[in-house]
Amino acid sequence: MKDLTAEVETQTILELRNVEKRFDLDKGFLETLKFKGGRFTREQRSVHAVNNVSLEVKRGEALCVVGESGCGKSTVARLVAGLLEPSAGEIHYDGQRIDNKSRGQLLDLRKKMQMIFQNPYASLNPRMTIQQALEEPVRYHNPGLSRGEVRAKVAEVMKSVGVDPSWSSRYPHEFSGGQRQRIAIARALTVDPEFIIADEPISALDVSIQAQVLNLMLEAKEERGLTYLFITHDLSVVEHFGTRVVVLYLGSVCELADTRTLFSNPKHPYTKALLSAVPQLKDDKPNHIRLKGEIPTPINLPPGCPFESRCASANARCREEKPRPIVQPDGAMVACHAVEEGRLSPEI
Amino acid sequence: MSLLSVRDLTVKFAMRDQTVTALDQISFDLGKGERLGIVGESGAGKSITGFSLMNLLSRPGFIDSGSIQFEGEEIAGLPDRKMRSIRGNRMAMIFQDPMVTLNPVLTIGQQMVETLQAHRRLSRADAEQIAIMKLREVYIPSPEERLAQYPHELSGGMRQRIIIAMALLLEPQLIIADEPTTALDVTIQADIMELLLELCTSNMVGLILITHDLGVVSQMTERTLVMYAGRIIEAGKTREIINDPQHPYTQGLINALPQQTLPGHRLKQIPGNMPGLAAIPTGCAFNPRCPYAVDHCRSTRPETVSYASVEVACHEVNRLHNTVLEDESA
Repeated sequence: MKDLTAEVETQTILELRNVEKRFDLDKGFLETLKFKGGRFTREQRSVHAVNNVSLEVKRGEALCVVGESGCGKSTVARLVAGLLEPSAGEIHYDGQRIDNKSRGQLLDLRKKMQMIFQNPYASLNPRMTIQQALEEPVRYHNPGLSRGEVRAKVAEVMKSVGVDPSWSSRYPHEFSGGQRQRIAIARALTVDPEFIIADEPISALDVSIQAQVLNLMLEAKEERGLTYLFITHDLSVVEHFGTRVVVLYLGSVCELADTRTLFSNPKHPYTKALLSAVPQLKDDKPNHIRLKGEIPTPINLPPGCPFESRCASANARCREEKPRPIVQPDGAMVACHAVEEGRLSPEI
Repeated sequence: MSLLSVRDLTVKFAMRDQTVTALDQISFDLGKGERLGIVGESGAGKSITGFSLMNLLSRPGFIDSGSIQFEGEEIAGLPDRKMRSIRGNRMAMIFQDPMVTLNPVLTIGQQMVETLQAHRRLSRADAEQIAIMKLREVYIPSPEERLAQYPHELSGGMRQRIIIAMALLLEPQLIIADEPTTALDVTIQADIMELLLELCTSNMVGLILITHDLGVVSQMTERTLVMYAGRIIEAGKTREIINDPQHPYTQGLINALPQQTLPGHRLKQIPGNMPGLAAIPTGCAFNPRCPYAVDHCRSTRPETVSYASVEVACHEVNRLHNTVLEDESA
C-alpha cells in the first residue's frame, strides 16, 4: 500500500520540453521592412518571453515559478493552460501531448486543469451572479447533470471555500477582494480538477486576507489531492507553499530545486541576490546583494547568459555561451558557468 | 521642537447620503531626521494620512478638526496659495506608481527645471546643474543625457530614482513616501529602499514611509504607527512593535506572514475583513475579528494607553499579555 502511494507521488503529471515562446513585434510584411545602409531589408523583431524551458511537475506537488516582472512566469502559466501556443517545444500532460491540440480536443483536459488568475476584480464577470458564474463550468463540463445536482455541487464548493451559499444570488461587486478570490478558487474547483495553475493568486490581496486564501489553497491541496503550478514573485509565499521552485530570469531557468534546498543553499548568483533582497522582519542588518546594471530587454537577448549584465562573477564565457542546467550534488539544477567551474566568489 | 506634530486630526468624506470618518483623531509627532513607518491594510487610512499632511485632500474629503504643525507652523486648512510654497519645497511626496507620477509628455529635464523654477529664482542653466547633481546623488548613470529623455524611455526602477531625485531637489525637511516600491520588483525595491535610507540619514530629512509591508518598515524606520479603520491602534519603536506587538491586530498581522509559520502548515489567519468606512463597528473597530473581544470592547471605544513601552488602543491589553505569558509558561 505504501509503495503505491509513493509511486503516485513521483508520477509526472506535466512536462515542458524545450518550450519557447516568442511574441512578434512586427506583424505583417510591411512592418518587417527596414531601411538600412541604403537598401530595404526584412527584419523580424520579437520578444523572447520564454526560452528553452524544460521542467516537470509531479503529481501532488506544488511547483512554484518565481522571478521578477517580465521574466516570463505568467507566459509559462498561459502556455500550460493552453491560452498561448508555444513557438517551439512540447508540453505533455499525463503522457499526452497537449500543445498541438485543437480547442475541442482540449475540452476534456480543461476539466482536469483549471486556472486561478491574479486579479479577482477582473476575472469574474460583473454581470453574472455568483451562482451563474459557478454553475456555468459545471453545466458545460457535465451536460448530464440535473439542475438540482448542479446547484448542490455549487453549494458544496461554495461552502468548502468559506463563502456562504445563501449569497449566491449576489454580484461580484458586492464582495471584497478576498471573498472574490475565494469565489474564483471555487469556480476552478467546481469541475473537480486535479491540476491548478495559479497565477499570482494572492498578490492583489491584503496581508491578513493573503493568509486566508493561502490556507484555503493548502486545504484544497490536501483534501482534493491537487497539484499546483504556482506563479508568484513573493518568496516568503514560495517557502511556505512550494515543494519545488523554479527561478526564471528573462525567460530562462536559472535554478530549479526543492524548496528547502533552494532557500538553505541557493547557488545561482541571481537566486542569491533575489533571496537577499527580501526585506526581513527581524533582521536589523540587511546584507542585500546589490545588482549592478539594468535588466536587458527581451527583444535583443544577449547570446550568452541572460544574467551576465548584472552578474558579479561574469566572464568572457558567460558573454558568449548560454549556460545549460547542470544537476548539482544536492539535486538542484543550476544554469551557471561560474557555479559549474567553481569560480563563484564565496561572499556573493 | 519636533518637525511635524499632528494632533487629533480627523478627516471626513462627505458622501451623497452620509458623512464617513476616514481618519479618527490621529495624533503623532515626527522629530527632525526621524523615520516613521505607517502600516496597515488597504482602507486603514494610511494614504489619507499622507494626503492630509500634504494638504492634497480633494473633495469630498476634508479635514474636519485637529491640527497639523509643520516646523511650528499650523498647516491644516492653509489656503492653497500658501500651501504651494511649502509643498514640494519644504515637504515632498513620493507616490506609489512611478509609471504615472511623471508627466509623459515632458522630458525629465523639463520636469525637474519646472519644479526648481517654481520655487527658486534660477536660470535654466543653473536649474539644470542642480538637477544633474541630484540625479547623480540617486546613482543615475550619465545624468546629462537623462535630462533630455522622456519617462517612457526609462525602466521602473530608474523612474522611481528620478522621482526621489525630484523630491530632494529643493532639500525638503520631510519626505512622505506612499508605498514607494510596491510597483517594483524585489531586487529593485531593495536598491530604492537602501538609497532612500542613505539620503534621509545623510541629509537629516524626516521620512514618513507608508506601506503594507512589515518587512520594509522593519528595515527602514525607527518608529511605527499601525492603523486600522482610520485610527492609530499601536505606536512605538519599530523594533518593539515587530518583536513584541501588543494590539491583537498587530499580532495577527505579523503572525499571518508566511515566514512566521513552518512551511506547509496552516497560516495563522485573521478572520473576516477590514470594515468599510460606512460601517465601522461601535466600540473597538477590531472587535468582530478579535479573538479576545469581550462585551466592553463591543460597547466602548478604547483609548490609547502606554503599555510595555508602546502606545496601544486596546481595553484588554493587560489580560492579553498575561494570557500569552501563561501560554508560554504552560
